[in-house]
Amino acid sequence: MIELEVNGVLREIDMPLDTPLLWVIRDGLRLAGTKFGCGMGLCGACTVHLDGQPVRSCLTPLSSAEGRRVTTIEGLGDGSSVATLHPVQQAWIEASVTQCGYCQSGQIMAAVALVDANPDPSDAEIDRALAGNLCRCGTYPRIRAAVRRAAELKRRGEAVVQTWDPAVAVAPVGGLPA
Amino acid sequence: MSDSINGPLLTRRALLKSSAVAGGGLVLGVNLTGCASSPPIADAGSLSPDAWLQITPDDRVIFQLDKTEMGQGVITSLPSLVAEELELDPGRIHIHLAPVHSRFQDPLQVTGGSTSIARRWEPVRQTGAAAREMLRAAAAERWDVPTAEIEVRDGVISHAASERSARYGELAEAAARQRVPQDPPLKDASAFRFIGRSVPRTDRVTKSTGEAVFGIDVGVNGAELPGLITAVVIRAPRFGAELQSFDGHTAREHPGVIDVFQISSGVAVLADGYWPARKGAEKVTARWSAGPIEHLDSASLEAAQRRALDEDSGRRVRNDGNFARAADAAERVIEAEYVVPHLAHATMEPMNCTAWMRNGTCDVWVPTQGPDIVQAVAAEAAKLPRDRVRVHSTLMGGGFGRRGIPDYAVEAVEIARLAGRPVKVVWSREDDMRHDFYRPATCNRLRAALGADGNVLGWEHRMVGPSIISNLVPDFLGALLPGWMPSGLTNVLGRAGGAVIRGRDSSSTEGAADLPYAIANVRVESLVHDPGIPVGFWRSVGHSQNAFVVESFVDEVAHAAGVDPVAFREQRLAGHPRHLATLRLAAEKADWGNPAPGRQQGVAVHASFGSYVTEIAEVSVENGRIRVHRVVCAVDCGLVVNPDIARAQMEGGIIFGLTAALKSHITLENGGVKQSNFHDYPLLRMDETPEIEVYFVDRDAPPSGVGEPGTPPIAPAVANAVYAATGQRLRRMPFTLDRA
Repeated sequence: MIELEVNGVLREIDMPLDTPLLWVIRDGLRLAGTKFGCGMGLCGACTVHLDGQPVRSCLTPLSSAEGRRVTTIEGLGDGSSVATLHPVQQAWIEASVTQCGYCQSGQIMAAVALVDANPDPSDAEIDRALAGNLCRCGTYPRIRAAVRRAAELKRRGEAVVQTWDPAVAVAPVGGLPA
Repeated sequence: MSDSINGPLLTRRALLKSSAVAGGGLVLGVNLTGCASSPPIADAGSLSPDAWLQITPDDRVIFQLDKTEMGQGVITSLPSLVAEELELDPGRIHIHLAPVHSRFQDPLQVTGGSTSIARRWEPVRQTGAAAREMLRAAAAERWDVPTAEIEVRDGVISHAASERSARYGELAEAAARQRVPQDPPLKDASAFRFIGRSVPRTDRVTKSTGEAVFGIDVGVNGAELPGLITAVVIRAPRFGAELQSFDGHTAREHPGVIDVFQISSGVAVLADGYWPARKGAEKVTARWSAGPIEHLDSASLEAAQRRALDEDSGRRVRNDGNFARAADAAERVIEAEYVVPHLAHATMEPMNCTAWMRNGTCDVWVPTQGPDIVQAVAAEAAKLPRDRVRVHSTLMGGGFGRRGIPDYAVEAVEIARLAGRPVKVVWSREDDMRHDFYRPATCNRLRAALGADGNVLGWEHRMVGPSIISNLVPDFLGALLPGWMPSGLTNVLGRAGGAVIRGRDSSSTEGAADLPYAIANVRVESLVHDPGIPVGFWRSVGHSQNAFVVESFVDEVAHAAGVDPVAFREQRLAGHPRHLATLRLAAEKADWGNPAPGRQQGVAVHASFGSYVTEIAEVSVENGRIRVHRVVCAVDCGLVVNPDIARAQMEGGIIFGLTAALKSHITLENGGVKQSNFHDYPLLRMDETPEIEVYFVDRDAPPSGVGEPGTPPIAPAVANAVYAATGQRLRRMPFTLDRA
């Protein structure tokens, strides 16, 4: 029996010690937000935080997580409202980053670790921090923009205010950028 | 979720709550209770003028999303079509991922070919308009006032003069008794409030909180599927190899392993989780036959393709004028050979499917682009009639054409049938990479006949590759044929159909046979050479390679004629105003001819799936490495239903095409695939991603697709820019530079 803290709650895990943390989270704790992409630490879809640091949970055996603090995408906000979400998630929503969405939990966890550690990351720092997170839909340009925006929101201590007002939305056609 | 963000808040919680009322038990369309809900779900007292729409007496507006969502945004754009005519904020619409239903088949219930918006543009708006008119008629009747005086706006029906109003739901039952208008008036484009505006993605919240339920997540965070177990499958190491024997004794003793048995594709290992299943599978020993292509590798395939081009003339798919005569009369003839490799789809979510057979029924939860194809093959695997198979589509972690093929669903049903409990089959990345239906490898020979003045007298394109359609039809034609037809007959018909189609498959010549440039003598020939590698539809299909081949060679011809590549195309596109408009818009926005210092530009124009695209890439070459800095994309896709989603699709299509141009390829080795994971099948990364600008041509033509058309032009645009930078012509994908 192994003890670890998952999203602020102490959990007892009765699974083989070599089980990757990814499968402890998904099959053991039944948290589906952390995704399986490659099983070799090559794509970043399974990124979670271990004591605040981003790790590839598909390569992290349960044994090495013992007694440590695990944060998954479910632990970033309480989900009761967008305002309680992490600024990174708010910026993601504001910029409509996601397409298929499958890699986004991992992207967001990597981005959260970045902006928590670095209040004003440069584009090069963003690229470096997220270069290990693959996205087949090609959301990279929006991820880059959303990380910049998230850092800004966090610095200002603001929550994003989102409104969809069809009366003022403008159709960007006629050679204007959408 | 709070209401601070409008738009349907597709959270599990919200949907669970709403679906409890609907009685369908639908969670993001995933019917976890397995309750039979006869599609389309129309509760008593609801208004449902057509299968897509239902307005319930408790004032819920439900949209059946018949096209499946793989990131392309139909979950947002299609409901906004009905919302427009219904005069309702799209954010108020509940979305159900639709079951298989005849109304959704045209002729198959398939999501692909960038057709969703084009095909649903009329019928879905008509559905909304019919509901609106029926509500108005019901209100007029109830209030005894003229229908013409009834207003409909934002979920409320009102009559100003008598100051009466009602919610849609209040009138749903009465409206349902009205005659369904056959040709309801559609709104004029000038009155659109949602179409043409960037209605925010309805799935953006749940996909940013981890709550969105993909196929692989079915049953993970709930007890809806009691006793759900995981299966992995050990498949043939070479294409066509057959399982001769296996030993599962040691695997069965592995903790957590429940069973090990043979299915049609290999050996299934069932366990109480993915990890024990995978560890158990490592302990299975399996013997396979050599198979029919044991000695095939990519080099020998390419050599065979070259031989075919040497020896055969192939099917002539276009023959304008007389190329041979033009070549004879030419001052000079330039020629080139272009080669493209097999490619994997590599969706981020590996293939997976969950199935449960009980009481003579089969439920299948599946991330799929073809729910009725799944239904047909699942029925055969389950040995049940089709109407006993319920397909529950889920969100997909990418599709790109891969999820139109239901091989993984067949596995799940075969396993569930023997297991007697719900089973989820999960593929590893290695399984996914090595058992794909690949973008075909092709070899192309081109010749251009130039006159003394540099004028282009003739163009010849000869290509060789497999036929995707004839490859797939024998296995999956069954889905097209009526369910009562015996399976033996569908198999025979499938093989016969494959042979017929083999000679006519336009998916290999699209984007080549329709060369738009004004050239008097054009000959395009296509040869089928099929060694038995499974091939399939890969984002933009034939266009994905033919745009590279054609637009690169156009660039060669322009340079040979001594004409600027944009001017060369402009001069020959007079008869194609939509191509031309994108070319001019892109050239203007990219400031063609004036790249940033140290960079060079390349251009490509290509039409696919009814849309017209020009891309201009700005690249530099440093230390033998190609760096793409900026891409300007101009697109004419008719009326732009959702500009932000259309822009995202163009961005994504460009990055998908850049991966093929710069990064990855599949290598055949001993009749199988060499690559296994992202270390040897790399994808473009964020630090390699250029700035992308997307511009739309202002056009009110009916909307056409945006899912695929962004992909084809990027490889030739980059190759042409690299030529401008280095003088090296890149004729093989992915690109490699000579160090010299």
